[in-house]
Amino acid sequence: MKLRLRIASFSAPLVALSIAFGLSSLILLFIGKDPIETFRIMFEYGIKGKSIVSIINRSIPLYISAIAVAVGFKMGLFNIGVEGQYLVASLIAAFVGSQFSIITPIHILFIIIIAVASSAMWAAIAGYLKVKKGIHEVISTIMLNYIGTGLIAYGLTNVFDEAGSDYELPRTPELPESGKMPALNNLFRLEDLQDLHGFLFVAIVVGIFYYWLVWKTTLGFDLRITGANPVAAKFSGINPNRLIIVAMVTSGGFAGLVGLGPLLGYFHRFTIDFPTGLGFAGIAVALLGRNHPFGMGIGALLFAFLERSSQILDLNDVPKEIERMLQAFILLIVVVFYEIIRRFIVKQQVKDASKKVET
Amino acid sequence: MTRMKSKWLVLFIVFGLILTACGGGSDDAAEEEVVAEEPAEELDSPATTAAAAEPVADPPSICLVLDIGGLGDLAFNDLAYSGYEKAIEDFGMVGTFLEPDGGGENRGELLELCAEAGNDLIVGNGFLFDAAMNEVAPSYPDINFAITDGVAEPGNVRGMLFKHAEGSFLAGVAAALKTTTNNVGFIGGVDFPLIHEFEQGYLAGVAAINPDITVQIGYASVPPDFSGFNDPVKGKEIALAQYEAGADIIYHAAGGTGTGMFEAAKEVSEATGTKVWGIGVDFDQYYTVGNPLPELQEYILTSMVKAADVSIYNAAKATVEGTFTGGPSVDDLSTGGIYLSYSGGYIDDIKDTLEEYKEKIISGEIVPPSVRP
Repeated sequence: MKLRLRIASFSAPLVALSIAFGLSSLILLFIGKDPIETFRIMFEYGIKGKSIVSIINRSIPLYISAIAVAVGFKMGLFNIGVEGQYLVASLIAAFVGSQFSIITPIHILFIIIIAVASSAMWAAIAGYLKVKKGIHEVISTIMLNYIGTGLIAYGLTNVFDEAGSDYELPRTPELPESGKMPALNNLFRLEDLQDLHGFLFVAIVVGIFYYWLVWKTTLGFDLRITGANPVAAKFSGINPNRLIIVAMVTSGGFAGLVGLGPLLGYFHRFTIDFPTGLGFAGIAVALLGRNHPFGMGIGALLFAFLERSSQILDLNDVPKEIERMLQAFILLIVVVFYEIIRRFIVKQQVKDASKKVET
Repeated sequence: MTRMKSKWLVLFIVFGLILTACGGGSDDAAEEEVVAEEPAEELDSPATTAAAAEPVADPPSICLVLDIGGLGDLAFNDLAYSGYEKAIEDFGMVGTFLEPDGGGENRGELLELCAEAGNDLIVGNGFLFDAAMNEVAPSYPDINFAITDGVAEPGNVRGMLFKHAEGSFLAGVAAALKTTTNNVGFIGGVDFPLIHEFEQGYLAGVAAINPDITVQIGYASVPPDFSGFNDPVKGKEIALAQYEAGADIIYHAAGGTGTGMFEAAKEVSEATGTKVWGIGVDFDQYYTVGNPLPELQEYILTSMVKAADVSIYNAAKATVEGTFTGGPSVDDLSTGGIYLSYSGGYIDDIKDTLEEYKEKIISGEIVPPSVRP
């Protein structure tokens, strides 16, 4: 019985994936493109050396963003503000980090601390509003995203702009050499490829830390209990208000790391070209990976793979937008399937229990 | 229990059927398509671009990477596209165009894709490509690169620059001569130095005719928000406010946002009975906006044309003829890369004055400012 349940829940993503590809194929057929050829081209391009490095680089911020969202999800808290949190944190960290120079590990650690602290503080506002004023976190974090965007626009142009530069656009000063995270290319003998971001290690550590935090600590237990049954949690002595603040701050803290992969590994400064949208993509990856550190890793790699491999499509006269639709299909179907499976499991458990009672 | 099972069985069978149906369908279509059109064959992955290396029957190729916003902005990107299209037509080139999906790493990636596919000329449309050019171009010394509105360090990159302030100065002169309310407007897309060139040139042009004219200045967005180049609703809002405050001519340097300004001009003209105008940018918008939207055509006084299409065409021409050179190339009033259009004939009566100022700028007697004081 148990085994069957396990197989059912593992097969869900695979079945969802096949259906999503099936539906995208139908759309491709509808616009007169060959789906098999399209997916073959994508796959072939996606497994080239350069693509693999790019996929890993892309999946690092996606993964961390998913973890930030998952911390909230675990207790039923919907932090949509990861987007604003990581952008605010990246700007502050990029600026502060550019103002001094010490040995590399300390410099990078310092940048990480600044980013985590500023992001956690930004997220704490939403926690405070929920606890003290009863404002739902979805509303407050969305609004904080807008406020954050405005503050970034103002701050980047007026406060953190590189002084004395004749560059057309506002941008923070470049990080000194000691603030740039070394690439991992030498480690993995990837001489002729682009930089593999060193932040990969941080992402792995973050994944392990998340697992430990949620499944091995009292805080994690409280989070999970509250998520499963808020009323029971409250009567078992968990202070929900304290927990909301702690969860929001923790989620925000993780969010602060989202932008650091691109910042330390590629851009080395905050510019108007800095990647946006990672916070929202993280929600999708968290849903896909069911808040599990391993599942989210797979989800991040999958989305990164689709994003990278779809770049080739425009060169082959296939609209690149098909990849966005594919992502959306996967997400929708996966969510539906998880729900079906959940209901199935609950029903089975009820049945098993009633059987035991009967006998 | 059995009912439960059968329900699941049915569900999976249905999904199975859908999947096989999709698979089967696509096979058929695949065969049809290969028969139907040749391109399916040559559209292999870039790994097989060996074909391009063969000396026989190798048509010159051009790859255009547009900026965010993409095609359909009736301005900056469409302008580049028209130059690219003309080059394909005239020189029998093979063309590819790509649109970035945001984020800086993607620009480099797209340039690299074009390079790996063996293109002879790769154009990055917009100054934001400068970092990506510095990164990609050195690895492909045999390929020509070009960037609009920007410069890059590598020797094989041509920086196609334009003296926006010169054309904007003339737009300011025209506005100042045509206004009856002594009040004109300016709408910028995004509040940053490139657009300040337009703004400052315009202000100087207006002041050269009559320093007492009021100039209202509005911007659609501030960096890092670049939505201001493609936000017609915002453009209309700003324009309505400026017309309301007494302006009867507004000049925009805001890409797709400007369409909203022309809509506002029509609305205000019809509501008040007094005609107000808009001045276009980049393209000769009398045609590019006026043809698809004929009801707006009569409100387009003139346009400050920036012939980026010609620059891209010329870069393609030089590539085909083997005379391509890197480095900055500047277009201004004297080269004809920047000019004020007379389409519609609304400013024919002040042509003499405009020509006079044009000569003064070319001779260096007047130097329109391009940075804010």
